[in-house]
Amino acid sequence: MQGEKVIPRQKFAIVYIAAGAVSLVAGILLKIAFYKKTLYDLPWWAIGIGLILIGYGLFQIISAERIGKDVVFSQRTAKSFLTNNAIILALLLLIVVIMFIEPRFMQNKVLLDIMTQSSTRLIIALGICFTLLIAGTDLSAGRMVGLAAVISTSMLQKADYGNRFFPNLPQISVVFPILAAIFACLLFGVLNGYLVARFDMHPFIATLATQVMIYGACSLYFDLPPNRSQPIGGVRDDFTILGQKMLFKSPGFDGFSVLIPIALVICLIIWFVLNKTVFGKNVYAIGGNREAAVVSGVNVFATIMFIFILASGLYGIGGVLEAARTAGATNNYGVGYELDAIAACVVGGVSLNGGVGKIRGIVTGVLIFTVIQYGLQFVGVSPMWQQIMKGVIIAVAVALDLSKYRRK
Amino acid sequence: MGEYVLEMNNITKVFPGVKALDNVSLKVRPGSVHALMGENGAGKSTLMKCLFGIYQEDGGDIILDGKKENITTSKQALDLGVSMIHQELHPIRFRPVMENIWLGRFPMRGIAVDRKTMIRKTKELFKEIDLDINPEVLAGNLSASNLQLVEIAKAVSYNSKIIIMDEPTSSLTDNETDHLFKIIRQLQGKGCAIIYISHKMEEILKIADEVTIMRDGQYVGTWPSGELTTDLIINRMVGRDMTNRFPEKDYIPGTEVVLKAEDLCSPLPKSFQHVSFELHRGEILGIGGLVGAQRTELVEALFGLRVIVSGEVEKDGERFKVKSVQDAKKHGLALLTEERRASGVFPILSVLDNTVIASQKTYANHGVLRQSKRLKAAKEANLQLNVKTPTLETLIQDLSGGNQQKVLIARWLLTHPDILILDEPTRGIDVGAKYEIYTIMLDLIKQGKSIIMISSEMPELLGMSDRVMVMCEGKVSGVLNRAEADQIEVMRLATRFVK
Repeated sequence: MQGEKVIPRQKFAIVYIAAGAVSLVAGILLKIAFYKKTLYDLPWWAIGIGLILIGYGLFQIISAERIGKDVVFSQRTAKSFLTNNAIILALLLLIVVIMFIEPRFMQNKVLLDIMTQSSTRLIIALGICFTLLIAGTDLSAGRMVGLAAVISTSMLQKADYGNRFFPNLPQISVVFPILAAIFACLLFGVLNGYLVARFDMHPFIATLATQVMIYGACSLYFDLPPNRSQPIGGVRDDFTILGQKMLFKSPGFDGFSVLIPIALVICLIIWFVLNKTVFGKNVYAIGGNREAAVVSGVNVFATIMFIFILASGLYGIGGVLEAARTAGATNNYGVGYELDAIAACVVGGVSLNGGVGKIRGIVTGVLIFTVIQYGLQFVGVSPMWQQIMKGVIIAVAVALDLSKYRRK
Repeated sequence: MGEYVLEMNNITKVFPGVKALDNVSLKVRPGSVHALMGENGAGKSTLMKCLFGIYQEDGGDIILDGKKENITTSKQALDLGVSMIHQELHPIRFRPVMENIWLGRFPMRGIAVDRKTMIRKTKELFKEIDLDINPEVLAGNLSASNLQLVEIAKAVSYNSKIIIMDEPTSSLTDNETDHLFKIIRQLQGKGCAIIYISHKMEEILKIADEVTIMRDGQYVGTWPSGELTTDLIINRMVGRDMTNRFPEKDYIPGTEVVLKAEDLCSPLPKSFQHVSFELHRGEILGIGGLVGAQRTELVEALFGLRVIVSGEVEKDGERFKVKSVQDAKKHGLALLTEERRASGVFPILSVLDNTVIASQKTYANHGVLRQSKRLKAAKEANLQLNVKTPTLETLIQDLSGGNQQKVLIARWLLTHPDILILDEPTRGIDVGAKYEIYTIMLDLIKQGKSIIMISSEMPELLGMSDRVMVMCEGKVSGVLNRAEADQIEVMRLATRFVK
């Protein structure tokens, strides 16, 4: 191949460390020597990026024996790097552009806001990714979010609130309503899984049927006297802290939302389940070739059941957190969330044909949509334009992703 | 017009990590049948895909009728007079035969498709090549061989100068093959050149005028077919002597019964009925028969993939019922399925994942996998079977058919079975890899395992089996000892109940 250059991995890592060091020093200089108010938190960002790059470089050196391969530079590898990381690069580019238009964007507060807003979406996307990995889908996710929100808030209203759902309900521990909400979602998850696994129904139809049922059930519950379809409000503070509590709050720092560590922990758990357990491997196997999975003795029924149950559990958690964050709920809560989650997964490289998808991609996919929404709002772009941008991103991202697999 | 209708000079094609074609040349005379031969993975199909615009060559020239062409799409190839019958058929099953043929060039009347003309043209086409198929029947309702013939008709309908036939006889019976040859002679008469890819030596020697042989992506040479014999072709294809196609059997099969099936019946009347047989420890029991003799259905039922309504199965003298694959695995059974692509490999997963999938649970503690254990098991199993793969992380779809098959055998060896059921274990893999798989089978027998092997290749069935059970129309028509088994006897039993 022409124009090919081979570099040992150690040297390659040093490039990262050097770039990291430059960024780190630049950040420190900006902070100490040239600080201007219009830079906002940019120095901190530079320092952060520098540390990440150095860390990545060190990781490459340490694990050099394990990876053991030299790095090849050529047109081909450059191209594959670009297509493989197109989404991350697009995300970075978007951030840089917004930073130039509106320097106020360069604040840690903004960064944390974006992460907070991404948290519940990420949890729902992580649930839906399992159903996508077996070449299915889950249309009931949004309605399950609504169901969990309505059930949890209905039992967690302040004693002095005028319009209580259960006027005579004592102030029970927050744990029970939350468990009840998640349990209700799990029931419908079982139904989803059973329809798909037992009758070989396509998940699109099975979850469509469930989705309609959930909405009906949720609306009936919501319409119970004395509530009669009034939006649920007056939610107890010991519940809302679950979604609103700011950690490490101190003078000069607003703290960060408790949702971020919650989403992070769930993300780690799901990564572990997907990559390190028999169940996770079976999910990829069923998505990769269902017939071969059956013949290999994979318990396809149990795996599919568990996929939908696990997913519904995550929607339940997502719904409870959303309710806590917004301190209220109606039966129309969560509508359309499943499509946002599917879009985020697909943009992050999860294949609708099943068997392909990584947690890293899903996180990026969720973040990119939040950045678009938040960032464009920040620079004053009309919400209608945001929708168009979102659509374009979905189309372009998937087209790029598919070109990876096409041989010519 | 020059001496050749097609010249492909020094074609090179590189895939990530593999040089699929390395300076390959092919020169085809007008009106001739040119056979292209080589083991699987030799690059025949890749070369043809370059010609047909499915792949783009990285180097070399394609000269059609003396003019250098750069073919980038299949449509362009068709316009230039090159058509192709693909190795794997992808009919549109729920549309009529005629729509499959004229797809992309429907006869039109204004803005509407002219159905009547299409029927007429299809009938004319079928008459020309002597095919008796209703143009309006759904493609999915045709048998595999009729589909193949329709595909040939479609290639003919383009009035091409060159027709590429990639394994056109793989699903044809002898009679149909003769029919195909008649069509080929007819096309030749019209001055059309045929590029003919096949593994079947007898066919090649009968139909081809010239033979080009490839090996490992490289050009070996071109010879008039009159100068070649089967042995010469094999020699040049593998680059080594292949006097022994089967390894020597240096063991004595046991007599102890490990598996006993009695009066097994399928709920489907046309499937296997009243099947009884015994499998001895340390023997290879071959199952022969024609396509449709329900051999695959029988072994799939033994493995828990199909229902058995009546009958008993005993293993080591103990009766057992197989309700699921998990049961079968627990009782020490393993099944290598017939369709490697459809129900064998996970194409988009790594060699590692493909190797350990059936024994995954043994590397886990409460469902949590130990990567080191998986790696160790996969490494040892693939080493034992001599699987050639760049790394364990390589996707299995990037391996050759023979290596994929070895990975699948490794997959089942990791479940430590006593009985291996191999359904067409060497289908679609090259001569060298076949020999390796035979050697593996003998090794397993020597370790005290027993093998049931379904094979439609007569030499393989006779060369490898210790006993041959022949099936016909779902019933066992006879069991032959190694000494009594020969081609004629097997064929007689295989057609015993055919009305």
